[in-house]
Amino acid sequence: MRFDVLVIGAGPAGLTAGLYVSRAGWRAACLERLAPGGQAALTSRVDNYPGFDEPVSGFELCRRMEAQAKRFGVEVVQGEAQGLAVAAGSVVVRSAEATLRADAVVVASGARPRELGVPGETELRGKGVSYCATCDGPFFRNQAVAVVGGGDSAVEEAMFLARLCSRVYLVHRRDEFRAVKTVVERALNDTKIVPVQSAVVTRIAGTDGVEAVEVRNVSTGATDRLEVAGVFVYVGLLPNSEFLAGQVARDGAGYVITDEDMLTSAPGVFAAGDVRKKSLRQISTAVGDGAIAAMSAVRHLQGLRAQSR
Amino acid sequence: MEEIQATKPLHVTSATFDSEVLKSTIPVLVDFWAEWCMPCLMVAPIVEDIAQDYAGRVKVCKLNVDDSQSLASRYGIRSIPSLLIFKGGSVVNQVIGAVPKSELVKRLEQVLRT
Ligand SMILES: Cc1cc2nc3c(=O)[nH]c(=O)nc-3n(C[C@H](O)[C@H](O)[C@H](O)COP(=O)(O)OP(=O)(O)OC[C@H]3O[C@@H](n4cnc5c(N)ncnc54)[C@H](O)[C@@H]3O)c2cc1C
Repeated sequence: MRFDVLVIGAGPAGLTAGLYVSRAGWRAACLERLAPGGQAALTSRVDNYPGFDEPVSGFELCRRMEAQAKRFGVEVVQGEAQGLAVAAGSVVVRSAEATLRADAVVVASGARPRELGVPGETELRGKGVSYCATCDGPFFRNQAVAVVGGGDSAVEEAMFLARLCSRVYLVHRRDEFRAVKTVVERALNDTKIVPVQSAVVTRIAGTDGVEAVEVRNVSTGATDRLEVAGVFVYVGLLPNSEFLAGQVARDGAGYVITDEDMLTSAPGVFAAGDVRKKSLRQISTAVGDGAIAAMSAVRHLQGLRAQSR
Repeated sequence: MEEIQATKPLHVTSATFDSEVLKSTIPVLVDFWAEWCMPCLMVAPIVEDIAQDYAGRVKVCKLNVDDSQSLASRYGIRSIPSLLIFKGGSVVNQVIGAVPKSELVKRLEQVLRT
């Protein structure tokens, strides 16, 4: 399969890049390992995406982005990028099913939840340990759960869970939550949310399912055991960039390094969205990156075409 | 029932689970899902693809956990999508969460080889 521009990932950044390339009259496809939407599709409620004056579910927002991209002719190809190579004026992307070629590639593979890395976490994954409140929350109706983390995602999803669960412990390693002030205030006013500050999780306990999380206070050293049936982990992200190893420059954490036009270290390879080294990872910044990367890719195509004339 | 080579996933409930899944003569992939679960909707097209690609070799079923809560708890489901592969009435492989098609294919090939 050959495209003018191949976009890796169909989250907000990838769908936007595809839309801009297609609308400019070039053939664009998004290679997506699952279905379009990305992390944004798993978000219970998006409050801060301009143009939606009322909160919108992440799923609905992404469904619309997909429909809009398809309206301009973006193709979605099912598959997972496993490797990428730059060869004389074109880029080759390998998936389990096919080898895809394009004149330019936009890497928009996003990020995934970071794990806590404590005993019990892997063993009890799917048995009470979860990284997605909107997916698994309803299994814990009227039960106590813990949310680990202190950023926007952690606090927002704790509020979502508080509507279903009997009690939500919000465990954060610092004494203050990192999430924006209004969100934190709203959460702390919720009587079902019990903040557990300055505490780290040391173990997730349980045999067939989660029974408790063990926490340690970082200043006093005191330990506690919170009896919960579920643990939702929101402690940051890891970039989906392993398949770029050795081909595209990344920082120490694995985020792709770009300039302000989204150019990477490899000619013809651009990057956009959460996979990129940047200071704010949001839907609004992902779509901005996607648009810029698309136009840079188009300029690259025009350069290639001019050369070959 | 098995002479009919379904190319679409078959919806099963508590009433049909035993006959369609546990008593099946070929391996069965059961997709535990719910309408409110977004990653379930994201893997749905992959599950449909598998039903076509493996028609006659693997039976592909979907089980709505809201409609069949007792089955979901019998198999300890607390995260969806959960994709369980049954052979001879018992679970021989299990995938939790949305995964790419190649991962599901790998698991199915393993099960078909043994
Ligand atoms: C719980 C939670 C709540 C959030 N709430 C908000 C909010 O309220 N407002 C806001 O603005 N932002 C929010 N965000 C952040 C927002 O979701 C992300 O910034 C945004 O989704 C990034 O978009 P992206 O396209 O860069 O990456 P992603 O959304 O991660 O999409 C990447 C896509 O690439 C695919 N992919 C990955 N690797 C490969 C591969 N090798 N081959 C093929 N495909 C691949 C993935 O399956 C995915 O579909 C939230 C995030 C989380 C986790």
